[in-house]
Amino acid sequence: MEQISLSHIAIIAGILLILIGLWGILTKHNIIRMIVGFSLFDTGIHIVMVGVGYVKGKTAPILDEAVNLKNAAQEIVDPLPQALVLTAIVIGLGITALMLAYALRLYQRNKTLDIKNFNDLKW
Amino acid sequence: MLKKIFVLAILAVFAVMLFRSYGLVGANEELNEIATRYAQKGPEEVGAANLVTAVIVTYRGLDTLGEVTILFLAASIIGFFLKTKQQNEKTSENVRKTSEILETAARVITPVIFLFGVYVFINGHLTPGGGFQGGAILASGLVLMLLANPVKKVNHTIISLLESISGFSFLLLGVLGIILADGFLDNTILGTGDFGELISAGAIPIIYIFIGLKVGSELSGIVSNLQKTQKEEI
Amino acid sequence: MIKLIAIILALAILLMAIIAVENKKLVVAVIAAGVVSLFASVFYLLLAAPDVAMTEAAIGSGLSTIIFFYVLNKIRKNRKDHA
Repeated sequence: MEQISLSHIAIIAGILLILIGLWGILTKHNIIRMIVGFSLFDTGIHIVMVGVGYVKGKTAPILDEAVNLKNAAQEIVDPLPQALVLTAIVIGLGITALMLAYALRLYQRNKTLDIKNFNDLKW
Repeated sequence: MLKKIFVLAILAVFAVMLFRSYGLVGANEELNEIATRYAQKGPEEVGAANLVTAVIVTYRGLDTLGEVTILFLAASIIGFFLKTKQQNEKTSENVRKTSEILETAARVITPVIFLFGVYVFINGHLTPGGGFQGGAILASGLVLMLLANPVKKVNHTIISLLESISGFSFLLLGVLGIILADGFLDNTILGTGDFGELISAGAIPIIYIFIGLKVGSELSGIVSNLQKTQKEEI
Repeated sequence: MIKLIAIILALAILLMAIIAVENKKLVVAVIAAGVVSLFASVFYLLLAAPDVAMTEAAIGSGLSTIIFFYVLNKIRKNRKDHA
């Protein structure tokens, strides 16, 4: 139990979530289910990124009374992956909303949500 | 059958790729060099107590500019796609009335939610929080208002005006950073102040106020566009 | 102790993700995706990232589920008219 750290647990959970999301995108026929798969894929990537930045036994990167100001570098985790993931979560929501707007317009045109009926681009 | 084998092959390739890179990342015992520099020089150069805020607004300010652009693009495409015809007033009579608990509680709770959202993005440089979280909380307050009162018309002019003014002011502060200080979105155009006070860290509170208002009004615009399509006929 | 909680949370995340992809009804799938986001938010708190936890809870578990339900409502209303 000592060799497995919290960082390893986070990375393995994230990788498995990525694979489940990918499988949902590739094998399902309903458009809404594919969009749910995208959302899971996104969440998996974010968990992996925050897991990489974790340092064993340290605390959150906010300098208040709990963290000594002089040697703050010995007491906090990495703040850079957290900054990137913060932006990525908001962009993920924007992209999901865009995909759902497309799905709504596609349903209004063809009256079905099954992707087998959309043959316009096939040759 | 062939399709299933193909899908399993793709998943196997991805799994091998991801698990090989898992072997390169070990359990860290100490910070790497970039993070050490941010932790040591951060409080003097930037003056913010929240290091994640310092990284987002000043050290990686160009990434925040890219994110603001993408969010604006997504919101305008959704507004364009879901454009509905003008509906007359008669179509609102077959909407079921919501329960009384929800209406009364929403009237009490919604101002508190808005106040909490504004508090989160004003104090972004001292405690966990910031512009993105505050904007999401503001949009959640609007969702509660829409759920309790489905026939309410949201004024789209105010939302788009707020969004445009906030985005433009954010860019203006960035260009002011080029003119008056070192680079784009530098926050030393105002003085750094005492560490840990509300008025400190230069221009970071002002930048975050504009980002918070922009993200909040954009997400509210997306939600109200989706809500307006509920009434139209196909 | 914290590692035990982390392992239980990771197993719960993976279980709800499998339910989100496999279940027959769409409503259950969307709610399961929201629950994945909620457990991920608690997981971020264990990984010493309070900013990310706040953002994921507000956006992933709140706004994303609401947007999915707006679209599902529109589709179901019209499917009832046709049947």
